[in-house]
Amino acid sequence: MASHLGGLSGAPVVRVESLIRSFGPRTILDGLSLDIDKGEFVALLGRSGSGKSTLLRALADLDDKVSGSGRLETPDKKSVVFQDARLLPWKRVLENVILGLDLPDAAKRGRAALEEVGLGGRENAWPVELSGGEQQRVALARSLVRDPELLLADEPFGALDALTRLRMHDLLRQLCARHQPAVLLVTHDVDEAVTLADRVLVLDKGGIVADIAIDIPTPRDHGDRRFGEIRSELLRHLGVETKPVLPV
Amino acid sequence: MNAFSHPAAVAPTIGYASDERALIPPAVKPRKTGTRRRLALGRAIPFGALVGPALLLVVWSIGSVAGLIDPRTLPAPWSVVGTAVDLIAEGKLQGHLMTSAWRAAQGLVFGVLIGTVLALISGLSRLGEAIIDGPVQIKRAIPTLALIPLLMLWFGIGEGMKVTTIALAVLIPIYIQTHSSLRSIDSRYVELAQTLRMGYGEFIREVILPGALPGFFLGLRFAVTYAWLSLVVVEQVNATSGIGYMIDLARNYGQTDIVIVGLVLYALLGLASDGIVSFFQERSLSWRRTLAD
Ligand SMILES: Nc1ncnc2c1ncn2[C@@H]1O[C@H](COP(=O)(O)OP(=O)(O)OP(=O)(O)O)[C@@H](O)[C@H]1O
Ligand SMILES: [Mg+2]
Repeated sequence: MASHLGGLSGAPVVRVESLIRSFGPRTILDGLSLDIDKGEFVALLGRSGSGKSTLLRALADLDDKVSGSGRLETPDKKSVVFQDARLLPWKRVLENVILGLDLPDAAKRGRAALEEVGLGGRENAWPVELSGGEQQRVALARSLVRDPELLLADEPFGALDALTRLRMHDLLRQLCARHQPAVLLVTHDVDEAVTLADRVLVLDKGGIVADIAIDIPTPRDHGDRRFGEIRSELLRHLGVETKPVLPV
Repeated sequence: MNAFSHPAAVAPTIGYASDERALIPPAVKPRKTGTRRRLALGRAIPFGALVGPALLLVVWSIGSVAGLIDPRTLPAPWSVVGTAVDLIAEGKLQGHLMTSAWRAAQGLVFGVLIGTVLALISGLSRLGEAIIDGPVQIKRAIPTLALIPLLMLWFGIGEGMKVTTIALAVLIPIYIQTHSSLRSIDSRYVELAQTLRMGYGEFIREVILPGALPGFFLGLRFAVTYAWLSLVVVEQVNATSGIGYMIDLARNYGQTDIVIVGLVLYALLGLASDGIVSFFQERSLSWRRTLAD
């Protein structure tokens, strides 16, 4: 899956150079640089507190109160999926999906997006009537209905149970294959990163300390030998020592 | 009699729910092990809210018939009803009622409008808050009724003074509740609006106003109560019409029955208006109600 390097058009959609972000005296991102290609799926790992959310919020233009500097180029068409579904409780599901969407056929697109995430027919439900996984699917639909060039997701499946999470992986993979946005997925789950991404980054001490292209054909099997190797390498970068899964 | 005792007698055998069983004296019912005791209150009694008032009415009637209650203290229910019918026939009751309701409505409308606008300005801008919040808090600290002498000096004793007093009382709860619910809208929704690239107008319409609606309705329920409360006072301070005036006049002539008619009218108005507000509250907040039931 390293093919993204040559396969798609050359110009990256996200370009970050010497990004610095600090909270008071603590510098969280310290001269970080990062490119994401068109349609590329990048997963970002890092210890808790390493600054993953800080980076993602910078990319989402949600950090105007944070001090910092650096060059940051992102497309206009970008969507964010948060850890919580963040649906407005006073809007029905369909209205939530097309919130802020100023198009004549917004409702039609919204329905189609809900259909895509498997929630056709729930358009008129209130958010409180949905399960956590369903709410997160609505959030996905809300992101995709805008046809983003960049999808930013901060631990979007963190609050879901393991089984639902696996289903969501499949769904996300399908949706990304169809809509082809560039993706930056923040996660603390190494397997999730290796399963989904074209490229996995590890953030530590304010910069990217590992940048690993995942050269395993999809669908990926967790028991695969190469999978195990990459997992070990990533865990090492994350400061977790493991025994090799298979003798080398 | 038979009809009454029937369900209770049958209850244990066909296993009626706990509230029916409660009719049986405890001594009769052996406490079986394994009987599940429900901690919840059980089924709601139909029209339960009317049981207490009905009971009061019964006591009142019996007291009057038995001569236990002096009619000068409290006339019998039927003579109050008779008085009410007479007053209606003379057209007096409707007249006073209309005057009072009109005053309350005007005060309520002005108070709610002003309170809401102030809450929006002060809730949505720092400058607005700096200018508005202080004076409102000061006004809040002064009981509205204490302002009546000043308002009389300013506005005389006419309708203007009455409506102003009511509006001033009403705007406080509206302002306080709407403002605080505006300010406590989750910042995560603000972030969401930002990532969805909502315009300011759309943000206000889709996020801020619906988010503040629960607070507004809470304020409105207080406001209605305050409106009637201030109405009662302004009508007794100085008026030549209205329910309060009718009561005051009746007091001068010792017509207890008319006083009671006035009080019942106040109660009905208060209950009805609260009912109307909570009806709209439930309808507009149906997204929340699904959680409550
Ligand atoms: N608003 C803030 N004010 C002060 N410090 C902050 C703020 N937001 C984040 N930080 C600090 O910046 C550091 C990085 O936070 P960030 O949320 O980016 O971590 P993260 O990698 O996303 O962690 P996690 O995996 O736990 O979500 C943390 O040490 C955190 O305490
Ligand atoms: Mg985080």
